[in-house]
Amino acid sequence: MAYVQGQTGEWEMVIGLEVHAQVTSNAKLFSGAATEFGAAPNAQVSLVDAAFPGMLPVINGKCVEQAVRTGLGLQAEINLVSVFDRKNYFYADLPPGYQISQYKNPIVGKGEIVLDLADGTSRTIGITRLHLEQDAGKSMHDQSPNETYVDLNRAGVALMEIVSEPDMRSGEEAGAYLKKLRAIMRYLGTCDGNMEEGSMRCDVNLSMRRKGDTKLGTRCEIKNVNSIRFVQQAIEFESHRQVELLEGGNVVKQETRLWDTTKGETRAMRSKEEAHDYRYFPDPDLLPLKLDQKWVNDIKMTLPELPDQKKDRFIRDYGLKSYDAMVLVAERASADFFEAVAKGRDGKLAANWVTGEFFGALNKLGKTVNDSPVSAQALGELVDLISNQTISNRIAKDVFEAMLETGKGAAALVEEKGLRQVTDLGSIEKSIDEILTAHADKVAEYKSGKDKLFGFFVGQVMKTTGGKANPAVLNELLKKKLNS
Amino acid sequence: MSIDQTTVVKIAHLARLKIPTEEQKQVAGELNKILEWITQLDEVDVTAVEPMSSVNDVPLRWRDDIVTDGDKMADIMTNAPAKTADFFTVPKVVE
Repeated sequence: MAYVQGQTGEWEMVIGLEVHAQVTSNAKLFSGAATEFGAAPNAQVSLVDAAFPGMLPVINGKCVEQAVRTGLGLQAEINLVSVFDRKNYFYADLPPGYQISQYKNPIVGKGEIVLDLADGTSRTIGITRLHLEQDAGKSMHDQSPNETYVDLNRAGVALMEIVSEPDMRSGEEAGAYLKKLRAIMRYLGTCDGNMEEGSMRCDVNLSMRRKGDTKLGTRCEIKNVNSIRFVQQAIEFESHRQVELLEGGNVVKQETRLWDTTKGETRAMRSKEEAHDYRYFPDPDLLPLKLDQKWVNDIKMTLPELPDQKKDRFIRDYGLKSYDAMVLVAERASADFFEAVAKGRDGKLAANWVTGEFFGALNKLGKTVNDSPVSAQALGELVDLISNQTISNRIAKDVFEAMLETGKGAAALVEEKGLRQVTDLGSIEKSIDEILTAHADKVAEYKSGKDKLFGFFVGQVMKTTGGKANPAVLNELLKKKLNS
Repeated sequence: MSIDQTTVVKIAHLARLKIPTEEQKQVAGELNKILEWITQLDEVDVTAVEPMSSVNDVPLRWRDDIVTDGDKMADIMTNAPAKTADFFTVPKVVE
């Protein structure tokens, strides 16, 4: 738990997050128009989405199923009866003048998410609810000096609004929450979690209280922050702003604020914009949404292994450290890649390679596991060569570099470059003798007590053998010779 | 519950309706009459009835997740008061 240091003492952050996650589906929540990102403006709009008179909404069963799947993945209660309400407000990108949402009776109730934190500990964050609602259209304010452009392609696309309890206490926890929620939804296939394309957006609720206090302070809501990094930056800024206000004897005004990415600050929205009175009421065009318990159970049967379960299995079956397992399960693609490398091999060694050299290389190349230049099979072959002592771990790093550059297989490269590890006692012994003869002075120093020179001799032998001497054999022989 | 002139102004603003000052009192009176009429429902004892949002006891019809609509920009834009290329345009909404 991280506290904010003020002038008069330490302050605790209280953070709750509202996430809008776009449901993965072909068609919209209440119309048959497509949801695909990047289409020509207004090409994916039905008369329902544009709110033409007399058009009626008909619910897309797949969106209901996706919401239930997500709820089950969050260990949450599924409400067998839920109701759609109209949330009334006027905005240029909302043609009907209301958003169909769920207010009093959401489809999913209380659940939880377990966060894995960097220090190896975990924390459980409560989920208050998840409900289904429609997205609005998209307004573009930067296309013309005096007009706003409106594209309704996004209008009517299904969203899941996922509300957390005010359980988080730091920006790190907020970041971990978003990553975990995104991972769960990606595993479930219910939301692609792509924050750049806006398919996952976040509102941050933050208040401050003195360390030790149990009463909540007045909160501010920071709207529509569209990356995990920005969420953490906004929390950092806003927490200090509130502490300064409170320590200066002022009060925090409950208000909606915006995160300004260029200035790196939060600022209040104009009060007119937030003067909302949504006048919710049940949508007369839609009957209550009733689910069959058996249908819910059937969906539960189809859930994949989720990140937490996978992490436990990796620790149990492959002997991984908790941290490595956590890194590997963060993305399903990484976890699958690791398993393909580890299958039938030394799990720990495989994990070291995947999380170390392999992820490092992907980072440097700006690639993902899915378009990696080295396949799981190819990396597995390299791990085999280390396991059967054909090459040392150090040489393997060079081989891996060459694999990235040439796309050739590990075994072929080892043969081609003559990198096969020398385990032959005679030839290592010969190299040692040469080095010891050439550095007789250092040998004398070593014998008079300068133990540290041992590393020098190892280095010299490795140099003459091109790093190919088996380190264990070399150490043993060298020790024998020097102490004789 | 009784509706006064202030409430009329507020509701009118939320509904983006322009009601001239001299008509506001009259509208308040009309709305109160409607409310009074609805208040008759209070005479019914509903303690044993579960809250409901619909009286139709039929299941909500579900649709398959198939794209069946779209690609009708011309229809969508027919009534647009202003447009540029394929966008609707409105007076600038500043954030």
